[in-house]
Amino acid sequence: MTEQDMAALNLDAEQPTSNIYKMGDDQEIALSTNDLKVYYGDHLALQDADLQFERFKITSLIGASGSGKSTFLRSLNRMNDGVANVEGNIMYRGLDINTKDIDVYEMRKHIGMVFQRPNPFAKSIYENITFALKQHGIRDKKVLDERVETSLKQAALWDEVKGDLDKSALALSGGQAQRLVIARAIAMQPDILLLDEPASALDPISSAKVEDTLLELKDKYTIIIVTHNMQQAARISDYTAFFHLGKVVEYDETRKIFTRPKVQLTIDYVNGNFG
Amino acid sequence: MNAKNADKIATGVLYAIAGIVILILAALLGYILIQGVPHLSWHFLTAPASAFTAGGGIGIQLFNSLYLLLITMLLSFPIALGAGIYLNEYANPKSKITGMVRMTIEILSSLPSVVVGLFGFLLFVVQFNLGFSILSGAIALTFFNLPLLTRSIEDALATVPDLQREAGSALGLSRWETVGHIILPAALPSIVTGVVLSAGRVFGEAAALIYTAGQSAPALNFGDWNPFNISSPLNIMRPAETLAVHIWKINSEGIMPDAQEVSAGASAVLIIVVLIFNFSARYLSSYLYKRLTSTK
Repeated sequence: MTEQDMAALNLDAEQPTSNIYKMGDDQEIALSTNDLKVYYGDHLALQDADLQFERFKITSLIGASGSGKSTFLRSLNRMNDGVANVEGNIMYRGLDINTKDIDVYEMRKHIGMVFQRPNPFAKSIYENITFALKQHGIRDKKVLDERVETSLKQAALWDEVKGDLDKSALALSGGQAQRLVIARAIAMQPDILLLDEPASALDPISSAKVEDTLLELKDKYTIIIVTHNMQQAARISDYTAFFHLGKVVEYDETRKIFTRPKVQLTIDYVNGNFG
Repeated sequence: MNAKNADKIATGVLYAIAGIVILILAALLGYILIQGVPHLSWHFLTAPASAFTAGGGIGIQLFNSLYLLLITMLLSFPIALGAGIYLNEYANPKSKITGMVRMTIEILSSLPSVVVGLFGFLLFVVQFNLGFSILSGAIALTFFNLPLLTRSIEDALATVPDLQREAGSALGLSRWETVGHIILPAALPSIVTGVVLSAGRVFGEAAALIYTAGQSAPALNFGDWNPFNISSPLNIMRPAETLAVHIWKINSEGIMPDAQEVSAGASAVLIIVVLIFNFSARYLSSYLYKRLTSTK
């Protein structure tokens, strides 16, 4: 018996993990976690998260406040360094990126992140996008111009700002600023985009635009998004993981989570019985 | 008494207190300016002081004050910037070292300036043999200026939201890159405000300078820009009485017949320069903000 078979047997033996979706051989995994635990001091905020994320798909992380979903997301590109202790493996391209000798700055070029509140730099729109690229060694004006245009187009912001690239990014509306931040993240040409409730601070119209943007981006990026908005998760994501009290209760294809979940807790949550 | 009336009374009292503050300031400024401005002339601003006869100016003292201010800022700004960045961006707020640094800064800021001056006299003037000099004065003023400048830079950095730091690190920028290129530029307008305001304080300081930069203003040759010549204005080893020290000196032992007028005129100049600093701080800050946030 090979090791893999043994692992498979073990997996079957453990009852709770059967609620956690596992990718088949034909699916390409962009990122996965093994036994991920997060401690804030002595407090265990997240336990045993084993999730696999398929390439070029959108995965939603849902759950009530304090369920550990944001903690989990922020652990994926090591934003919790210095804030919390993260144990376990985070596998990216066959490499465990949750180890001391990983160059986190290099890693974050591949795994980008967008936060809940729009956080453009106090610079021009153009410089917001090019600044990090320049720091990472891209100096060619043509390349920079091209990246600015492409990323703004991908983020569906180009038409609104193409004449104002030299103006301050702080003058943008909340929704525009958030799309600028998304453009800034994708201008780095990452593999994976992590989004922490990117639309929750926006009005419904801006929120819808951000959702459209994400659906467009799916062709080129693997997207993992934390959201409070169940409709949003249902509309845009291919997979959904439901977090509760620091545990992944259920992880499956989105349509299954929302139509026939296996766990009673998930049923209660998606039906709005608690939250 | 109902809540509405109580609020009305409180509002009235607070307005009155604010009014008193403004009144005191206006009276003070008005008095000094009315007394002093009539004596101001190009001759007064540029001529050297005269010890025994009427008609002396404050040219050398004015230059000394500005030059000493420049040297003080050159010494204190880099240290304050480093300390401010350390305290706000790098230091672990819970660690003992940070607590000690903070306590040191607070104690330093509560030292009376005359004590700083005497300490400077014993250490720099006498022990290090720097003599009464611009350098001794600048070091004493650095001691005096450092705590406030550090605090204002630290506060300026603290007003930049953490979201900006997260944005930087999420783009794969190191902490140093984020601080240097994102946080500092965003904080620059308020840092500049802090620097200019502290410049006003340094400019008006007398007690710390009496025993360090000295009370004499030897004649300067404004054609000689070699900093190693004793009569060069740029020489930092020469004694240099500043405007504030000059005012103090005229009033305590001035024997020129027009001591009253010189003192009033010099005070007005001092106040006007400080006011210019204060107003330019506001202007500079908003100008910088506009410049930094847009490319053109």
